[in-house]
Amino acid sequence: MIVTSRPALETGNFQLTGERRELADKIKLRYPEDRVASAIIPLLDLAQRENDGWLSKEAIDFVAQETGSASIRVYEVASFYTMFNLKPVGKHFIQVCRTTPCWLRGSDELTNKVKSKLGIEIGETTEDGEFTLIEVECLGACCNAPMVQINDDYFEDLTPEHLDKLLDDLKAGHDVSIGSQSGRIGSAPEGGPQTLLETKG
Amino acid sequence: MPKLTVDGTEVEFEQGMTVLQACELGGAEIPRFCYHDRLSVAGNCRMCLVELEKAPKPIASCAFPAGDGMVIKTNSDSIKKARKGVMEFLLINHPLDCPICEQGGECDLQDQAMAFGFDKTRYEENKRAVPDKYMGPLINTIMTRCIQCTRCVRFATEIAGVEELGLVNRGESVEISSIEKAINSELSGNLIDVCPVGALTSKPYAFSSRPWELRKTPSIDVMDAVGSNIRVDSRGREVLRILPRLHEEINEEWIADKTRYAVDGLRRQRLDKPYVRVDGKLQAVSWDVALQTVVDKLKATSADRIGAVAGDTSDAESMFALKGLMNGLGVKSIDCRQEGAAVGGERGSYLFNTTIEGIESADAILLVGTDPRWEAPLVNARIRKRFLEGGMTVGGIGPSVDLTFQVDWFGTSASDLQAVLDGSSHFSSVLENAQNPMIIVGNGALIGDDGEAVLALAGDVAEKFGMIRDDWNGFNILHQAASRVAGLDMGFVPSENSLSAKQMAGALDVVYLLSADEMDMKGFENSFVIYQGHHGDAGAHGADVILPGAAYTEKNGTYVNLEGRAQLANMAGFPPGDAREDWTIIRALAGQLGVELGFDNLVELRQALVAAVPTMAAIDQIVPTAWAKPGKAGAVSGQAFDLTVTNYYMTDPISRASETMAECSDVFVNIGEPQATGTEG
Repeated sequence: MIVTSRPALETGNFQLTGERRELADKIKLRYPEDRVASAIIPLLDLAQRENDGWLSKEAIDFVAQETGSASIRVYEVASFYTMFNLKPVGKHFIQVCRTTPCWLRGSDELTNKVKSKLGIEIGETTEDGEFTLIEVECLGACCNAPMVQINDDYFEDLTPEHLDKLLDDLKAGHDVSIGSQSGRIGSAPEGGPQTLLETKG
Repeated sequence: MPKLTVDGTEVEFEQGMTVLQACELGGAEIPRFCYHDRLSVAGNCRMCLVELEKAPKPIASCAFPAGDGMVIKTNSDSIKKARKGVMEFLLINHPLDCPICEQGGECDLQDQAMAFGFDKTRYEENKRAVPDKYMGPLINTIMTRCIQCTRCVRFATEIAGVEELGLVNRGESVEISSIEKAINSELSGNLIDVCPVGALTSKPYAFSSRPWELRKTPSIDVMDAVGSNIRVDSRGREVLRILPRLHEEINEEWIADKTRYAVDGLRRQRLDKPYVRVDGKLQAVSWDVALQTVVDKLKATSADRIGAVAGDTSDAESMFALKGLMNGLGVKSIDCRQEGAAVGGERGSYLFNTTIEGIESADAILLVGTDPRWEAPLVNARIRKRFLEGGMTVGGIGPSVDLTFQVDWFGTSASDLQAVLDGSSHFSSVLENAQNPMIIVGNGALIGDDGEAVLALAGDVAEKFGMIRDDWNGFNILHQAASRVAGLDMGFVPSENSLSAKQMAGALDVVYLLSADEMDMKGFENSFVIYQGHHGDAGAHGADVILPGAAYTEKNGTYVNLEGRAQLANMAGFPPGDAREDWTIIRALAGQLGVELGFDNLVELRQALVAAVPTMAAIDQIVPTAWAKPGKAGAVSGQAFDLTVTNYYMTDPISRASETMAECSDVFVNIGEPQATGTEG
C-alpha cells in the first residue's frame, strides 16, 4: 500500500553506533528495496540494545525511517512482541520463566526471592535502576528448570540461594557463570552420565 | 462463467470473486463485521462463516476464493450455531451499553446480535476496559466498544492514504491506536461510517439525537464542485448531521470532512431578517421596506452602472432568476466567477470531461496549478484509487503538496507547461506513451492575468498528446464552486464590453451579490451593495441592503457538478426567521421592477431553465459534450502558480461560521500559531 502522508518522524538524537550501525546496513541489504520493511524486527532489536534495553518513541521512529515505514506500523510490531520493551528497564533485566516445568520445580520461590530481596513487584524496576523483574512464558530450557534469563544469558537449575548470590554478584559487577548453576554440563544428567557408560574412554 | 450452488440455487460468478460475493449474487445474506466491499480483506471477525460441502469445518467466506462447483450452505443448523458462537465471543468484551451508545439504532453489531446471536449471555467474568484514544476534533472514541475488525486501520491506510492508525499490542490487550494524534485526512469522517460498532463516533454530533428521530432528506453537497450525494438528517428545521449517499460515479460511499462537519455553520451567523443601512448602521426592517429600497436604487441607476455576482454555493434556479432580472434591466455586467478564473465559453472547454469515474481508466495525469486533496477530496481519492492499481504516472506543475500518492512535481509555472507542449520536458514522453492521458487544470493556474493563455496552452497540450479522441476526453477543469458549471452553462458571465467580477471593484454604482462572499469588499466601498444570502459573512458586512436567503439545505435547487452532471438538492427544513428561498426574493423584486421573468413558481422556473439550458433536464446524467478549444492563445508569464485554497476547512460562509471547522483549522492548518484562549480582547 503506497502511503505518502505520514506524521513527521521525530528521531531526535537517536542513532545506531559502531558495529550496530554496520550490522543494520547489512541486515537491510538482505531484502529487496521495496521490502526493506522486513528488517523491522532485527532493527528494533539493535535499537533496543542501543537504547539501554528499551524502545523509546525516538528509537521506533528511527527504525521507521530506516525501513521506510510509518511510525505506527513499527509501533504495532514493537508492541506485539513481548521481547521489545516500551518502557525503560533496569541494567539487569530479569525474566523468570513461569511455565509448567519451571513452575513445578519452584519458579514461584525464585520470583518471591527477587521480590523480597529487591523490594519490587513484577513489572517494576529498582530505584537504583539496576534490576527489573518480569515473569515470562517458556524460554525452552525445561530440562534445567527452574531458570531465569537476565539480559541475554540463561541461569539454570536455580535455587533461591543461587539466585540470591547471583543478584549480589551482578550488582557488584563481578563475573558470573552462565548456564546451569548446579554444576552439570548443559542438560547432562545430574551426577554424571547414566547411559552408554561402557563406551567411555 | 463458473458456477456454484448457494442454498440449493445455482449462481454464476466471475472468476476471482470470494465465496461471500458469490453468495450475495445468490441472494443470501451473510453477516460480517471486518469485511468491507471497498477495503482489503482481513478475515478476522469470523462472522461470515458458511458451510462448504466436503470441507471439515466452516469457512470464512470473505477470504475464501469461490470455485467452480462448490456447494455452499449459508443457513444450515451448524452455521447458525457457528454464528452464535462467534457472536458470543465478539460480545465477551463488548460493554453492551447500547442505551447510552451513540451508534444505538444504526449499529451493525446490535442488528446482527439481534439476528444471529444468543438472546442471553453466559459470560460472567470481568470484561476488559480499554482507554479512549484521541483522534482529533472530529472523531469521538469509546474504545471499549471496539471489536478489532480493523476496518478503520484499512480505511486510513488504503483509501485516505494516511498511515496513522494501527492495531497495537497483542492477544487480549489489542487496541486500535493513532498514538494520540489527530487523523490528518480530509476523509477522516468516513472512519465513523466504516466502524461497525460505536467505537468511533462523530464528536460534534455526540448525544444530539437518535437515528429514528431524524428526518432524512436526500440532497447534494455544495462545499466543493464534486456534487457529492448526501443525506441530510434533520430534526425540526435544524440540520443535525450529514451522511454520504452511495453514488458510484461521484463519491462512491465517502464524503469529505467539510461536507460532513460544516453543518453547525448552518446554525450560526444566520441572516434571518432583511436589513437596510441607515446612517452607516444596518437596521432590521420589513421585507417591504428592504425590497422598496432595492427597487428605488435599481430604478434610479443606469444599467451600465449596475453589476451582479453569483456566489459559489448558489443554486441554478436563483442564478437563472437573477440573470433574468438583470437581462430585464439591461444589465450586462454579471459574473459567477468571483475569484476571476478564466473559464467560460463552450461547454466542452470548462468541464471535468473525463468524469470522476473516468479517472479509473487514465494512465497518466498532469496536474496544473491544483491541489485536488483540498479542492476536491473525492477526486483526489479517486486518483489515489487508480494510482494504487499501478501503471499510472502523476506529474504536477504547481506548489508541491502531499496528495497521498506519488506526484512528480516537475514544474511551478506556465512556462513548464509550455515546455511539456514543446517536448522539452521529461513529462512530454510520459504523456506521449500513455494510452489515456489526462490533464487537470485548477484555479491556481487560471486566476492570473494570463489565465486565458494558460488555459489555451492546456488545451494545446490536450490536443497534442491525444487526450481528445472519440473514445476519450482527457481535458479537465477542476472547479471549486458548486455553482460554477451551472453558472457557465446558463451564461452567467459578462457579455462584450461589460465588466467581470474582478473588474467591478470601484467601477459600479450598484452591485447585487447573490451569496457572493469571496469578493474583495474594499472595492465596493463607494458602491451601493445589495447582498442576498444566508450568512453574515464578508458580503453582508459590506452591504447596504441585506435580503436574507436560504442555505443549501433549505431550498430545492439544481446544482451542476464539475463533470456537468445536473443534480437536484432537496429542502430539508425551512430557512430561519424571515429568510426566503432565493429565487422567490428575486421574483418579488422583478415584480416590483416590472420585469417579466416568465415564471411564478418553481415548476415554471425549472421549465424556463430547461428551455434555456437543455442539459439541466438530464438529471444525474453526463450529457456528451463536444470538445471545444478553451481560452485564448497568448503570452504566458513565468510566475509560479499559487494554490487558491489556503485552508481546506474554511472556504465558504457556512464552513467559516462552523465551530467544528474552526477547531479543525487550529489542529490541522494553523499549527503552531497562537490559539485563542477565550479571554483575549
